[in-house]
Amino acid sequence: MSVRPADFPPPFSAGEFVTEPSDPAHERIDVGVLIVGAGPAGLACAIRLGQLLEEAPGVAERLGDVPVAVLEKGKQPGSHLLSGAVVNPGALRTLFRGRLATADLPFLTRVHGEGVFYLTRRRALRIPAPPTMRNHGNFVLSVSELGRFLAGHAEEGGALILPETVGEQLLVSGGRVVGVRTGDKGRGRDGEPLGNFEPGSDIVARATVLAEGTQGHLTGVALDRFGLQGESPQVWALGVKEVWRVPKPLRRIIHTLGWPLRNGKRYREFGGSFVYPMGDDMVTLGMVVGMDYRDVELSVHDLLQELKTHRLIRNIIGGGERLAWGAKTIPEGGFLALPSRLHGPGVVFCGDGAGLVNVPALKGIHYAVESGRLAAEAVFATLQGGETAWRPGALERYDESLQSSFVWKELRAVRNMRPAFAKGFWRGGMKAGMQTATMGNVPRGNARLERDAEVPLIRSNRAARYPAPDGTLTFDKLSSVYASGNRTRDDQPNHIRIQREVPVDLAELWTRMCPAQVYEVGDPDGEGTVEVQVTPSNCVQCGAITARGGRLTPPEGGSGPEYTLT
Amino acid sequence: MKTLVFLEHHEGELLKPSLGVLSKAASLGGEVAGVMAGSDVEGLAAQAGAYGAGTVYVADDPRLDAPLPQPRVDVLAQVVQAGGFDNVFLAQSILGADIAAGLAARLDAGVNWQLTDVRADGDGITGTQPVLADTVVCEVGWTSTPRIALFRAGALDASETGGQATVEPVQPELQDFSLAAEMLEQAHEESSGPSIEDADIIVAGGRGLGGPEGFAPLEELAKALGGAVAATRAVVDAGWYPYSAQVGQTGKTVAPKLYIGCGISGAIQHKVGMQSSNVIVAINKDPNAPIFEFADLAVVGDVNEIVPKLTELVRARKGA
Amino acid sequence: MKIAVCVKQVPDTSSKRMNPATKRLDRSGEGALNPFDANAVEEALRLKEAGDDSEVVLVTMGPPSAGDAMRKALAMGADRAVLVSDDAAAGSDALATSRVLAAVLERESPDLVLFGQYAGDSEGAVLWAAVAERLRRPMVSQVAELTVENGAVRGRRQTEFGYDVIRAPLPAVIAVSDAINEPRYPSLKGIMGAKKKPQEVLSVGDLGVDGGQVGESGSATSVLALNDPPPRGESRRVEGDDAAGQVVEYLAEKRLL
Repeated sequence: MSVRPADFPPPFSAGEFVTEPSDPAHERIDVGVLIVGAGPAGLACAIRLGQLLEEAPGVAERLGDVPVAVLEKGKQPGSHLLSGAVVNPGALRTLFRGRLATADLPFLTRVHGEGVFYLTRRRALRIPAPPTMRNHGNFVLSVSELGRFLAGHAEEGGALILPETVGEQLLVSGGRVVGVRTGDKGRGRDGEPLGNFEPGSDIVARATVLAEGTQGHLTGVALDRFGLQGESPQVWALGVKEVWRVPKPLRRIIHTLGWPLRNGKRYREFGGSFVYPMGDDMVTLGMVVGMDYRDVELSVHDLLQELKTHRLIRNIIGGGERLAWGAKTIPEGGFLALPSRLHGPGVVFCGDGAGLVNVPALKGIHYAVESGRLAAEAVFATLQGGETAWRPGALERYDESLQSSFVWKELRAVRNMRPAFAKGFWRGGMKAGMQTATMGNVPRGNARLERDAEVPLIRSNRAARYPAPDGTLTFDKLSSVYASGNRTRDDQPNHIRIQREVPVDLAELWTRMCPAQVYEVGDPDGEGTVEVQVTPSNCVQCGAITARGGRLTPPEGGSGPEYTLT
Repeated sequence: MKTLVFLEHHEGELLKPSLGVLSKAASLGGEVAGVMAGSDVEGLAAQAGAYGAGTVYVADDPRLDAPLPQPRVDVLAQVVQAGGFDNVFLAQSILGADIAAGLAARLDAGVNWQLTDVRADGDGITGTQPVLADTVVCEVGWTSTPRIALFRAGALDASETGGQATVEPVQPELQDFSLAAEMLEQAHEESSGPSIEDADIIVAGGRGLGGPEGFAPLEELAKALGGAVAATRAVVDAGWYPYSAQVGQTGKTVAPKLYIGCGISGAIQHKVGMQSSNVIVAINKDPNAPIFEFADLAVVGDVNEIVPKLTELVRARKGA
Repeated sequence: MKIAVCVKQVPDTSSKRMNPATKRLDRSGEGALNPFDANAVEEALRLKEAGDDSEVVLVTMGPPSAGDAMRKALAMGADRAVLVSDDAAAGSDALATSRVLAAVLERESPDLVLFGQYAGDSEGAVLWAAVAERLRRPMVSQVAELTVENGAVRGRRQTEFGYDVIRAPLPAVIAVSDAINEPRYPSLKGIMGAKKKPQEVLSVGDLGVDGGQVGESGSATSVLALNDPPPRGESRRVEGDDAAGQVVEYLAEKRLL
């Protein structure tokens, strides 16, 4: 046995996505600062730039007709944003200081109380919340709604947001990043141009900010191209969540660990769940599991369905209605997996794309906002001073400001605490409350040892215990894909890079892993391997495949989920 | 209450949907009249009596030969104003919808469309209008007369009351602009059988067929029933059937009188494309297939055995 | 040739809901260009590209945010947009809407007016015929193929019975079916240029239309109630050797044979 996904690497090379500008001058698009990703990091950057340019019309003028442009691959800002989320409001307050009050920000619920529970199949044992999980003063929000909110402000500040537009290739000229080439539209299943084929365009910019979120495509390409990988490779967890309308309000936030994850060391199932109120009549709940789990039959989607059958959860959502569903990976490598530098010639990296997530606290949104804000200031200072963003050291000021900020301090302090729940709770609360049950978990050492894809696979009979979908409390994957708002056209080219003929264990790993039922175990091809069938239009672009032996590349702009409540 | 019903005809026959609307009008009570427009159509008018029309107004004129809407607006406006009708009902065909809208603008009247039913309500009437893929049903009304109503094709069944109608010829006064559009070629049949959007009966195939060859028996069944063949996304993706036949969230939405799903599991992506079908029959060997949750007739069995037998029996029953 | 395209902003399909307070479609979410109108815009652009000296004008009625739908159509290549935005017009039914559109079109006096065949939100199929009537112009609907030559339009249309070919002299009103073309994706240059294209905003008064003729007071229909659909009813199960026979009996019972 012991198949490892890393033994079947995907047909992908970063070099494929690096190119020189090639459009003729009159077709080329020139902008001042190009931001890739209309998420909290990218939009915070756009908003701060708008504020700075307002006070410096001379600089604004030099940046041309479009001083700030933001590319968003989703249908609109928010369509691809998903998180829990309990947010520390500090960075947002700083961003809008003097302009908006806390009451103007799209917070749904202030955190009043919290409970942390260790679950068994039948019981929920309250344990003390570890220090890293204290959320007093924080707010629950929908990051998708935050995206829409920030986009409105960014546009008011003068940014041009281009939705349904993918940053597909990094434009590099003379060893520096000079912009981004957008993706084509209107290709068929085999890549052939259809009747309404529209090629992408070169967008040339004075500075490029990559804020693409988890598994950022161009971020990965840039880190590779400029040799900026960190000490440890990045690792991820997969989060799958739902939003429910509920009959009675939930008055506290809840985190759980234990069931339905297994404690045994051989399983390496690190993770837990969260349940957060969203106002009085909605609740969001989700399951987060490290992508270094070993069992091919593990399915985070189905673990969430199983979780809902627990009494603790049923009491909250019973009688309610599922409104939305979604999935996304979370970078979990923390401080040690950060790139060696957060800038390159002409480019800076922000937010989840750079790995700025505080894993034990499960917080990344306020880091994203802060990093976007600091990126704006660094880029502005560079351009204001008449420098080019690729002068060696020009964008060094971004790294410096980030390293003096709370982001760096906090990430550094928790650098040994991966994965989120198990280890964080283990340090804080477990010792106090729960001596027995989780002693089987082996805490990871200081150094990050291996990529998720290098973990050898095992097989158990886990799948037999997933609940059959009843359409009311529990659901099948296709229903979930539908609830994500995904209605991608069927005849798009396949954007997922994997080897198509693999051992059956790997095929099954992918089939179960993917929350959107993109992969299916196909027919054996007579050489000990099976064919993997792919339905790319189901893909919600969570990024799990990249963590485990494949590579997600961006599909056509506008495809994928259309999140609104996540 | 006086109701006027537009009677559409084609190739020498009054169309069933129009007769269904006429039957409904008759059931509301009051005076019911039909109106027809065409060339050499007087003979058809008397038929309408059997379905509840007391009078049938007929505008018979060579200029009305082609089934174009605008001259018919002129005719209907004439009849409505002369006869003082409160309601004007039409079956929602392509022609019917265009006439109804033009008439509404001519008379400054309200028009409610896609109605599946109507009932007498006080002095007036209230219509039933499903919206948002039939997930919400609206009750709709009119705030003035005449009230123009378009009824979803196939929603109302024709029932004979066995009455007699008097035929009243109408001298059509047609506007110049109404006659400006000219029919150059009319109603060429293109392919065999109805398109899936227009079909009253659809036989759809999914992965349970086992392979592209599984569609041949479905085509036979569709032919025997006079329907069209549709397919799910999964089999279209696999290349078993063309995309033009795909029904579902990313394909076509259909609402036939009868939908027979063969080897289809009933994933929601497919369901939203056909859930408004009047009668849903599902054939699947998995007794827990989700499609059985919303099928009217759940047939548990092997589709490859059942479909050919079904075709045989249908042919026998129809005497074909 | 001046081509006017009547477009509409509709809520994005994945989030369509009825608003129980107004009993109309909830329009508070993000709007998008009605996909069927994209076919009409595309056809207008093709005609413009085939001829010389043509102008494509977009016409819409709606709240100020309806400008977003226009912007996408401008990004595709339309030349300018006219938006009638007036609180008085909120809640207009098809009748009232047709009055406003006809007034704008009288003002613009285009050679050709194009509509998409279907409004995804109201699921109606009526606006173009009503507008053509008010303008007193010939009208052809369901057009799947369109040519313009010698001052007339020639349209091939699909009906329930096959296809027709109809000729109508200009000026004319045409509703195109979604089979007519595959709308283009706006290029980035187009998207960025859209902001600079002229967008006129008019009130109902600017058109000489009386306030009482639009909105709810100008409408002759109303929505009285919203209900859940009736349950499908009992499902019957059939198994065994005689399954096919039982199915035929069932179909006969339902008068489907």
